[in-house]
Amino acid sequence: MTTCVAGNSRRRFIFSLARKRTMAAVMPQLSNPLAPPPATSRLLLSGNEAVARAVWESGVRVAAAYPGTPSTEIIESLARYPDLHAEWSVNEKVSMEVALGASMTGARAFCAMKHVGLNVASDCLMTMTITGAYGGLVVAVADDVGLSSSQNEQDSRFWGRFAHLPVLEPADSQEAYEMTKLAFGLSEQYETPVLLRLTTRICHVKGLVVVGERENHEPAGFIKNPERWVMVPAHAKLRIPSLFQRDDTLRGVSEASPLNVLESGTDRSVGFVASGPAYMHVKEAFPNAPVLKLGFSYPWPPEKVRALAALCDTLVVVEETEQLLETEIRAAGIACHGKDVLPKMGELSPQVLLPAVDRLLGKDVPPPAPAAAPMKVFPRPPTLCASCPHMGIYYTLSQIKNIIVSGDIGCYTLGAGHPWNALDTTICMGATMGVALGIDKGRGEVDKNKRILAVIGDSTFMHMGMQGLLNITYNKGNVTVLLLDNNTTGMTGGQATPASGRDIHGAEAPRVDLAKVVEALGVPNERIKVVDPYELPILFKTVRDEIKIEGPSVIIARRPCVLIDDFKPFRPYLVEEDKCTGCGNCLEVGCPAIHVTHREKVIKPSGKEVELAFVNIDNQACTGCGLCVQPCAPDAIQHVPRRDIPIHIVKT
Amino acid sequence: MSQNEITNILVCGIGGQGVMTATEILAEAAIAEGHDVKKTEVAGMAQRGGVVTSHLRFGRKVLSPQIEPGTVQVLLGFEGAEALRWSHYLRPDGLALVNNAKLVPPVVELGLFDYPEDPTGQMRAAGRRVVSFDAMSIARDLGEVRLGNTVMLGAIADYLPFSPDVLLACIVKRFARKGEQVVAANRQAFAAGREAVAKQLGGAPAHA
Repeated sequence: MTTCVAGNSRRRFIFSLARKRTMAAVMPQLSNPLAPPPATSRLLLSGNEAVARAVWESGVRVAAAYPGTPSTEIIESLARYPDLHAEWSVNEKVSMEVALGASMTGARAFCAMKHVGLNVASDCLMTMTITGAYGGLVVAVADDVGLSSSQNEQDSRFWGRFAHLPVLEPADSQEAYEMTKLAFGLSEQYETPVLLRLTTRICHVKGLVVVGERENHEPAGFIKNPERWVMVPAHAKLRIPSLFQRDDTLRGVSEASPLNVLESGTDRSVGFVASGPAYMHVKEAFPNAPVLKLGFSYPWPPEKVRALAALCDTLVVVEETEQLLETEIRAAGIACHGKDVLPKMGELSPQVLLPAVDRLLGKDVPPPAPAAAPMKVFPRPPTLCASCPHMGIYYTLSQIKNIIVSGDIGCYTLGAGHPWNALDTTICMGATMGVALGIDKGRGEVDKNKRILAVIGDSTFMHMGMQGLLNITYNKGNVTVLLLDNNTTGMTGGQATPASGRDIHGAEAPRVDLAKVVEALGVPNERIKVVDPYELPILFKTVRDEIKIEGPSVIIARRPCVLIDDFKPFRPYLVEEDKCTGCGNCLEVGCPAIHVTHREKVIKPSGKEVELAFVNIDNQACTGCGLCVQPCAPDAIQHVPRRDIPIHIVKT
Repeated sequence: MSQNEITNILVCGIGGQGVMTATEILAEAAIAEGHDVKKTEVAGMAQRGGVVTSHLRFGRKVLSPQIEPGTVQVLLGFEGAEALRWSHYLRPDGLALVNNAKLVPPVVELGLFDYPEDPTGQMRAAGRRVVSFDAMSIARDLGEVRLGNTVMLGAIADYLPFSPDVLLACIVKRFARKGEQVVAANRQAFAAGREAVAKQLGGAPAHA
């Protein structure tokens, strides 16, 4: 859903913020798409890549996902392996349904998502747990602990409890690889989907992994069995007791599982229960303490926890992020500490654990050394790229008064930041439509004269925005929708969508026509406008016109993301310094290639003091979109002379 | 350096500069030397001109992947203000190798924040060991700004617990298929990076 990409060659820029043209530049990618490294190779793999390798080796036939940080690279890596169907699904719910369908045929199947993706897929999950799996079925869910690029922080271990499903939690890449393979066996043996819970520090940490061979799993075939696969009340009722039975069985499996290891330690003052990355932090901070490492973390093994409790004077449960296991352990009558001394959000680390446990034991905690205090440096929030078409949209919206703009999840969420400050809400994928309609219908006298706009990206629109638009037209909403069609899923690194005409492998695919979709959803043809976000006057006029008219309208702003192959850079610009008047209008566009050379304070004839900002353009970074040219009154922004253009900049 | 000691290297810069790739090559070198290795970063939204740090830890057995403040032996900074931002991660005896690049974000251009005066000077004033150099000019003098990454790797080469040749071999391996000319240019850039640092620190390199 939001961002990222570690293994994408498109992201290997060198030194300047110029995005596109350094793309294929210096660092080649090592992996050969069609030749997976042989068995027993020891590879430096991220957790995501390790899961992908294990999925492939497990003989999986179908793997599906919608991109979302930190899980994106799992399917991205899998797409490079042969002999399986990997796909970008339109959303996580669909990806899970695809995986379930494959499992019904006896094929091994897999889907991956970020934590908020499982919210979307949960409708499927809660019934899929009742049908159970036939072919091995594994769901990888990656929690963005610490919110590196998400709208919230969630603990996906809860889904194990809610859906009565086993949860495996690897602590590094090697374990991610091994547990993924084990998960398929577990899934088939107990006919249950298995949740593989990852976190950012599993997904995006590279470590050494010893890999193996692919095994072949020929699907046993779909067996007609309505009582199992047709979930009407009468059928579901019969199957629900088996969930409780499965919980009990799996508790026994967990109790005996080699994934749950009791390390007896030598310093028994404090013992720890830990899983995932938290285990590594515990081992680093307290190398001699007894630890129960939970790899099979739900159902958790009560006898092993009791054995640990008997070994140590004090028991501390170390978990990212919620107070979950701790509550359950205490409910089982075992005294323990946890979130009474540890933080309830964010990533843990040895430096978080050590003082917390010292305090618990009543030891004096020395204050941190002054040298370890961070220096004061300006914040550097993420920016839109030079030439990003979204800049045209937000520059325009920032110039229009009396509007409320609801937003969504993607690069364009950055429109809420400086200099535009042009986005008023962001909740979850697709929410912009419903929120906009709600604002429209709920507003009273005080907001009566405001115009309501909804901004959404092309990928997000197809993920969950179409229903919201249908709801606007059906319920006669007065909302102007800006559909930002950049031909890709931008923030996660440029994944293909049904509207990009490419599939996950970059091969040609059917291309949905967004204007036709919008029309089919009930927007009158004359209220659908297609504009170029680089053409500011037309964009401005179109938005002004559309917000004045009652009823729904959709403005499709079409320009490719600058990070995808469809983007062709133009001749870069420079600032003729003698012409620049220091007005700063160009800075309002928000382009990272524009820099202030010097500032001057002047007194205007009115007596008002203003600060002028004289600028130049980094023509290594500029790709010539021309957005900044349009607000420049003195025509100080001109093309770089052709002779001065580095040959790698302009494609012919 | 004792057998059990973990080497912590922090590479910092801005999304798009090549921080993650540089760290990946350092990791490959550590693996070639037989170390257990963990490398981590929060890529996320930092791609978009935001802050990027890449943590590299290696030794006999690495547990936690994250480097903690006050524990870094070598900080490789691709940008001045970013090196300053992460300088508290250095051990008291740690070394910062900093590219003089000054990449100013829109929030500073808009006048909302100030770019620090002389970031490496501030680090030195705080008692840090700092070597700063202009990797971009060095690369430009060699005829290709894109060699800047290899200049940075050359800069750190003598401050790793293994021979610079191990790191150079990993770089050469990456570029082998690009042809002899590219390999030769990268060798030159690597040597130039080593020299830029050695010239300032003086005397023999500190490795081994």
